[in-house]
Amino acid sequence: MDELNRGGVAELAQQLRNKKISAVELSQHFLKRAKADQHGSFLQNGFNEEATFRQAREADALIAKGDASPLLGVPIAHKDIFVTQDFVTTAGSQMLNGYQSPFDATVVRNLGVGHGGAGMVTIGKLNCDEFAMGSSNENSAYSVVKNPWDASRIPGGSSGGSAAAVAACVVPAATGTDTGGSIRQPASFCGITGIKPTYGRASRYGMISYASSLDQAGPMARSAQDCALLLSSMCAPDLDRDSTSLDIAREDFSKNLMTPLKSAGKNGALKIGVPHEWSMGTTARGKAKQIDESISLNISNALKQLQQSGAQLVEIDLPHAHLAIPVYYIIASAEASSNLSRFDGVKFGHRTSSPVDLIDMYKKTRTEGFGDEVLRRIMIGAYVLSHGYYDAYYLKAQKIRRLIAKDFEAAFQACDVIAGPVAPTVAWKLGDKADDPVANYLADIFTLPASLAGLPGMSIPVGLDGANMPIGMQLIGNYLYESLLLNVAHQFQTITSHHTLKAGGVV
Amino acid sequence: MSTKLVQGYEVVIGFETHAQLSTQSKIFSRAPIAFGAEPNTQACAVDLALPGTLPVMNKGAVERAIQLGLTLGSHIAPKSIFARKNYFYPDLPKGYQISQFEIPVVQGGEVSFFLNDEKKTVRLVRAHLEEDAGKSLHEDFVGMTGIDLNRAGTPLLEIVTEPDMRSSDEAVAYAKELHKIVTWIGICDGNMQEGSFRCDANVSVRKPGAEMGTRREIKNLNSFKFMQQAIDFEVRWQIDQIEDGQAIQQATVLFDPDTGETRAMRTKEDAADYRYFPDPDLPPLVIDEEWIARVRSEMRELPRVMAERFVRDYGLPEYDAAMLTQSQQMAVYFEAVAKACSQAKLASNWIMGDLSRRLNAQEMTFEQMPIKAATLALLITRIQDGTLSNNAGKQVLDALWVEGGDVDTIIVSKGLKQMNDTGALETIVDEVIASNADNVAQLRAGKEKAFNALVGQVMKASKGKANPQKVNDLLKIKLS
Amino acid sequence: MSLNPQDIQRIANLARLSLDESQSTRMREQINGFFDLVTQMQDVNTEGIEPMSHPVDLMQLQTLRLRDDVASEPNQRETNQRSAPAVERGLFLVPKVIE
Repeated sequence: MDELNRGGVAELAQQLRNKKISAVELSQHFLKRAKADQHGSFLQNGFNEEATFRQAREADALIAKGDASPLLGVPIAHKDIFVTQDFVTTAGSQMLNGYQSPFDATVVRNLGVGHGGAGMVTIGKLNCDEFAMGSSNENSAYSVVKNPWDASRIPGGSSGGSAAAVAACVVPAATGTDTGGSIRQPASFCGITGIKPTYGRASRYGMISYASSLDQAGPMARSAQDCALLLSSMCAPDLDRDSTSLDIAREDFSKNLMTPLKSAGKNGALKIGVPHEWSMGTTARGKAKQIDESISLNISNALKQLQQSGAQLVEIDLPHAHLAIPVYYIIASAEASSNLSRFDGVKFGHRTSSPVDLIDMYKKTRTEGFGDEVLRRIMIGAYVLSHGYYDAYYLKAQKIRRLIAKDFEAAFQACDVIAGPVAPTVAWKLGDKADDPVANYLADIFTLPASLAGLPGMSIPVGLDGANMPIGMQLIGNYLYESLLLNVAHQFQTITSHHTLKAGGVV
Repeated sequence: MSTKLVQGYEVVIGFETHAQLSTQSKIFSRAPIAFGAEPNTQACAVDLALPGTLPVMNKGAVERAIQLGLTLGSHIAPKSIFARKNYFYPDLPKGYQISQFEIPVVQGGEVSFFLNDEKKTVRLVRAHLEEDAGKSLHEDFVGMTGIDLNRAGTPLLEIVTEPDMRSSDEAVAYAKELHKIVTWIGICDGNMQEGSFRCDANVSVRKPGAEMGTRREIKNLNSFKFMQQAIDFEVRWQIDQIEDGQAIQQATVLFDPDTGETRAMRTKEDAADYRYFPDPDLPPLVIDEEWIARVRSEMRELPRVMAERFVRDYGLPEYDAAMLTQSQQMAVYFEAVAKACSQAKLASNWIMGDLSRRLNAQEMTFEQMPIKAATLALLITRIQDGTLSNNAGKQVLDALWVEGGDVDTIIVSKGLKQMNDTGALETIVDEVIASNADNVAQLRAGKEKAFNALVGQVMKASKGKANPQKVNDLLKIKLS
Repeated sequence: MSLNPQDIQRIANLARLSLDESQSTRMREQINGFFDLVTQMQDVNTEGIEPMSHPVDLMQLQTLRLRDDVASEPNQRETNQRSAPAVERGLFLVPKVIE
């Protein structure tokens, strides 16, 4: 059983193909683990055994016919921000308590059984920060999620449930979404691997919108190899349903995993750009003060190992990156304030019980249904869009956004990928920043810039700190260069074993 | 340029018209838009704003916007942006309407028409694409309102004019002309009872030469009659207010057809801060020259162009040309008749006169015209060649309308052939002169009416069949 | 930029939220705390810079895709309304709307 738990996606798929185990047996096993999970990763009424086993049986039938698709029959769980026909969707909010979507998110379809999907079996829905807003999963209306490495700490957010479930080996893989770092940061805090692709690679249809120009779906698993397999199935043009979906050919992101670093770059050896603003003591300009010592250390070590494997380090500049915090929160809040207006108690979701009139119904429904962080962002968003403030805030932020993106454009002239921290600290204690929203925002400093520029970004485990808490390193690629990121990550994972470490107490 | 003042005040009117586009599916979803379906059976997940849904643009809606722009001589924006207009109302499922704000698809243009023989031109500010909201049903439920979202997402073109109109007559004439245009080019079915064509009138008054007055907006006028009544009431109301020393407050008003009055609405939200911003779910709409050229080449001849051609090629007065191009069918009919009988002005007279009268009396449209163009052309020819008098021609028309048949057969069966034989006519004329000595004497004494009496006698004697023109000529010759 | 209590009231009303006194006060403090971060934006020179509404514009300018005008959505009223708070005869019910 231990082997099953630790098995990655590729391994489990192999076992299924070799008939060592059936999809039904696998899903029974993981469903049991999911229901018994103590970290709060799963939405308690987000299970549907009948649907899970139906999918598993369908997968088994396909395997019996000789279908050798690389993900067929492997269990997966979905962040509760993706709508699913057969499983309740709450987006971590009371507003959608018990909500049943009449359709599946495109990403779920792409990974699922039938409709030409990859054939993965859905175990359940994963807890997340409410409407994907948060960095700790403390904003879920249902329960906090505990970091499997230390149950007194947060797993990160907003895809905290996804990260914890994968880290605790309750499922081999999960979907997450990343708007400002919500895949990368929890992956880092939980010691797993996660990737956010280029904006527009994965369809947003069925992914409940938080910030439309920033949201992206991505896989979370325990290796770059697994992430590559998952990402290849998740990403496909969805031209009929999502106007922001990129019209580009599907890609096999596993194809370049084995390329040696000395030839992975556009001009030979891979050049890794290290932003001096984020420096970790690897350049002459010294360490950036806001990063924890152990993080700097582990990332520098990782970079040294990559150098030894044939990569070159190059210093680059991202002069506007520090502005990412106000720019992101203004744009994201503005878009969110509008996206969440549909939650009004009229067509679906929560409605207050005894409204006096229509306005009362709106106000009570929304104030009851939304948690504090969501209310805060709606207020900020409505304010920055309101008459008289639009130019100074929203428009200004969109202009600086372009400057941030142009910084990356210039940087990629000199390098192939950019490396840096994911977060300035490791996972903090539950409750530490719960009453300080701005402190939460400041911790996003490293993940926000790539989100604003729409660039693909990854987090891979590079070590543990003194308290045995995982540390992740971020890799950022140029537009559409996911397979290069995965290549670098995979090469790193062939010479290190940080990604194989399991949280203490994980069976 | 004549401006009609009301109690010494100048009336200033601008219109915003919402025309529902005649597409198969909605502007941002693939649900159908047929009128009258059971509630919420034409509202798909996207229309209901279910979590996770996203908009995808309908090409047919954009084509129709281009067609309107070309018709009105507007600039078609090569790049235009969709924006969210944020407000809360139960018939607005997303809590925002996808519309266009800073950069609309159609910019400028004009609408020209005749108002009592005077040519008027109303300038357009813009026309933009947006989605319609759903419907609220208040009557059937106690203390509750029922919301039907079938209409939510129906494509609209909002057509906005400059405040160029100066009277309710002019405003209604503008609305009728715009209505004709959108139905002519086929972008809107123009069914006002079903809400396909709804007008909001912005009305203000001022003393001539003074600054623009504060305007009030009369919403959702869906009949020409109501437009007239509503504007007239509103103008008188505003003038009364001003004369009483009250300032006009900007307001949205509704017209009550039962009372004939306008009344300010309860405001939906304070100061209407719509927080417009570009919709991040929709990249910019790009329309290139090739597309515009293709649409232009596939369009029917535009009414303006056709009217100009009628003036140029058929020598019609501008007024006639404008009247005949009221509807596509009428214009095509006219041209067929004119070509067949080479009598454009007569064809115009018959169509604008007798035929239109009959159609209106029986509430028929030109498509239901029972008389073929070739038939009317023949009728006109028979009058021109003297076979029929004008009066007899009208009798033939009656018969054709009610019984059908063909012109020549009816002439024979009703014995309507005009007497043209000069010899036979002369005989009758001589007899009449001979037996009406009094009239002749009066005529010689200078009484012109006596001449008509003599003509009348000849007509009577010929049982109405004499060619009146010939009778006139003969009498003149014989009495000179 | 500092929000006063009237601002909070106005915005809450625009967004159809109702915050009691203590919520409003706390909200105002937290939002003003956030806007302290925002001041650094004002000093940045953005003369001549186009706003960026679509994140991958630097890769390739995105334009709106147009779909064919076909009505292919079937009637799925029952399924679509299964999570509705109040439905009668196919209509969504809300407290009476007064115009």
